[in-house]
Amino acid sequence: MEVPFRHIRNDFPILQEKVYGKELIYLDNAATTQKPKVVVEAIEQGYYKTNANIHRGVHYLSMRATEAHESARACVARFLNASDPAEIVFTRGTTEAINLVASSFGEAFCNEGDVILCSEMEHHSNIVPWQLLCQRKKLQLKVIPILDNGDLDRQALRAMLTSEVRLLAITHVSNVLGTINPVKEIIRLAHEHNIAVLIDGAQAVPHVKVDVLDLDADFYAFSGHKMYGPAGIGVLYGKRKWLDQMPPYQGGGEMIAQVHFSGSTWNELPYKFEAGTPDFIGSTALAKAIEYVEHLDMDAIARYETDLMHYATDALLQLGDVRIFGTSVHKSAVISFQLGNIHPFDVGTLLDRMGLALRTGHHCAQPLMDRFGIEGTIRASFAVYNVPEEVDVLITALKRIRTMF
Amino acid sequence: MEINEIQEEIIEEFQSLEDWMDKYQLLIDIGNELPPLEEQYKKPEYLIEGCQSRVWIHAQYDGQLITLEAESDTVIVKGIIALLVRVLSGRTPDEILNANLFFIDAIGLKDHLSPTRSNGLVSMIRQINQYARVFKLRA
Repeated sequence: MEVPFRHIRNDFPILQEKVYGKELIYLDNAATTQKPKVVVEAIEQGYYKTNANIHRGVHYLSMRATEAHESARACVARFLNASDPAEIVFTRGTTEAINLVASSFGEAFCNEGDVILCSEMEHHSNIVPWQLLCQRKKLQLKVIPILDNGDLDRQALRAMLTSEVRLLAITHVSNVLGTINPVKEIIRLAHEHNIAVLIDGAQAVPHVKVDVLDLDADFYAFSGHKMYGPAGIGVLYGKRKWLDQMPPYQGGGEMIAQVHFSGSTWNELPYKFEAGTPDFIGSTALAKAIEYVEHLDMDAIARYETDLMHYATDALLQLGDVRIFGTSVHKSAVISFQLGNIHPFDVGTLLDRMGLALRTGHHCAQPLMDRFGIEGTIRASFAVYNVPEEVDVLITALKRIRTMF
Repeated sequence: MEINEIQEEIIEEFQSLEDWMDKYQLLIDIGNELPPLEEQYKKPEYLIEGCQSRVWIHAQYDGQLITLEAESDTVIVKGIIALLVRVLSGRTPDEILNANLFFIDAIGLKDHLSPTRSNGLVSMIRQINQYARVFKLRA
């Protein structure tokens, strides 16, 4: 197969590392991706050259830091095709973004007896915040089932879009099954019933081009560290019409207009939702990561990763005793599988010793494991810097492991 | 044999193997030989819940010695348990509580001791010590 991105491996110094004296083969990209030099350098330069608290100082450094942070916001807005940078809220990650919406949207728009919808393939981060909201406001969380191949059960979805539903929270790409949900269609259907939609984009943003305007998403959340950016910075896109009506999530500096003991007023968007000093170095580095993938071209990344995923799928299936979970035709660069009857933990432990980093276990999606009646899987997840030779090493390693039990 | 003698024996068995995969092969073989735990003990009260593998440990006390039986759903963890059972089963509560389990480090299983490692040895050893403490009070 064609490997158009082989040269970029040099941009990622960690890929030259050895583990247990073996060449590192990193196939745990759905958990976090490695960082290109430009991102690490942006962090270093930020601290060395322009570190000062933002939005407050009249001094030179503070103005430079503020500029960098706000231009990062503009960069994210452009990347997601949001109409206004004020609709981009920086968070610690996807999880915090979802918690923000669950808390503030829930406070403003949900009342006892209302329903929140999610799907059976959600990450715990897109389940538990809604469970907490449901407990607090006496709402009901209903779960849209999935089909055996890992596709969302669209028929069930249609039936579940009722007038009691306030919000539908669903992942764009499943972190276990790799399923790419038809979110544009899902949002259109939900909007026919005046249901707001939050998309968990953590697994989508590094792999497919996202256009929030085209999707007409009400909220879209993603993490920096899963798309070549630093850990600790993430994004919530929210439509202004919602964000304006939602109360603040946390209180503190930055998010206020006026503070008096008689009462306080809130800052304008997006600052209303950014209490405390934001990770202004992380935001700048995230912008670098965005520029990096844009330079590689998102469509080209998606094409290559899909090719690589098919290459790996074929090779795994040739082993004969591999069961793959998630066989949707619309699938991103994630393969969850089991090898014969060998426990995923055993496979993962041995792969580790051979220098291969894969994730094993329930992948923070226990309800999905329940759905398939399994304890866990082994998961290979790819990034743009992975190459077919790494898949070959994985296959050889699995063949060896198979003989050990 | 004394606890420490058995530990030395285990260390010798593992140290003769140079390649890591051979050490794991030995651990797997030991795990596969561990007799299954009776179904009545594979219950939540005997379970040490981990993130990725499940371990059940059952202990019996005849007034003098503690007999340990255990099982896991993963073979490698079963191998680790089998070693623990070999070292610690058939001992008095005091012997267990005073044991210095140096073999774990010596054979390179220390990684499994980290508290974040799912179903780390730490929680298994803690559970065995807990049994020993309870039985000691009963003695």
